[in-house]
Amino acid sequence: MKAAVIVFPGSNCDRDLAVALRAAGARVSMVWHKDTGLPPGIDLVGIPGGFSFGDYLRCGAIAARAPVMAAVRAFALGGGPVIGICNGFQILIEAGLLPGALMRNAGLRFVCRDVALRVASDDSPFTALYRRGQRITLPVAHHDGNYVADAETLARLRGEDRIALRYDGPAANPNGSCDDIAGILSANRRVLGLMPHPERAADPALGGTDGRALFAALAA
Amino acid sequence: MRARVTIMLKPGVLDPQGEAVRHALASLGFQGVEAVRQGKVIEIDLAEEDRAAAQAAVEAMCQRLLANTVIETWRIEFPD
Repeated sequence: MKAAVIVFPGSNCDRDLAVALRAAGARVSMVWHKDTGLPPGIDLVGIPGGFSFGDYLRCGAIAARAPVMAAVRAFALGGGPVIGICNGFQILIEAGLLPGALMRNAGLRFVCRDVALRVASDDSPFTALYRRGQRITLPVAHHDGNYVADAETLARLRGEDRIALRYDGPAANPNGSCDDIAGILSANRRVLGLMPHPERAADPALGGTDGRALFAALAA
Repeated sequence: MRARVTIMLKPGVLDPQGEAVRHALASLGFQGVEAVRQGKVIEIDLAEEDRAAAQAAVEAMCQRLLANTVIETWRIEFPD
């Protein structure tokens, strides 16, 4: 499996993501945001966490319009799997590859801690090795992870089984996201955006391995 | 020509920052503050001198980058 990890100025989880993908058996290329194409033969694109372009204007807004994103969009629309983690999720939403918006956390604070989650859908290339309803723990670290969408979009996400991950109830919800949403899928189920960091929970030395199954599923 | 773009959250979209400001104003003793909405202002200096063309250009900038059309509205003014 060949993966491309996109690097923007201000990305800071790009190497963590590459390490997690390599541990799962992937070959990984780092791709600079000014590149206009992806390397040949890519099977997966990862958009990492961080603070691309300093979160200026809106989180992910400027990265979503970077030159490489046209190639990422074409890859996704052609059925290629794309995962966006944290700032990567914000970028995918700003790029229009996922619906809704991510707003300032309801508590207004930057939240950096482990959270309990439930796998809401195992019907995707990312969550296939989890069981639906499985409780997992992953770290979050964000200021703008409060997922909002209009009633129609939420109904569609629920009806099409496109909510991939939920915080495990309102008490575990760190940011006020509607319906405790932590991660969503695109209509073709090939694009996943999520606020928690599976790449920070893919090695026992880092305090958890609940994120490992996601990378294992992609590399399988 | 200078354009001034005011970007606000759409009505009905919860604004946690505006709410925090409202609470802070109340704690300072300002009474009767019923709602606070926080937005942003962007000033753009344009080479374009035709007002209609400038309006169309800034409108396109708002649609494509300056505003998140899912949650934000915008107003374009030419103050000079």
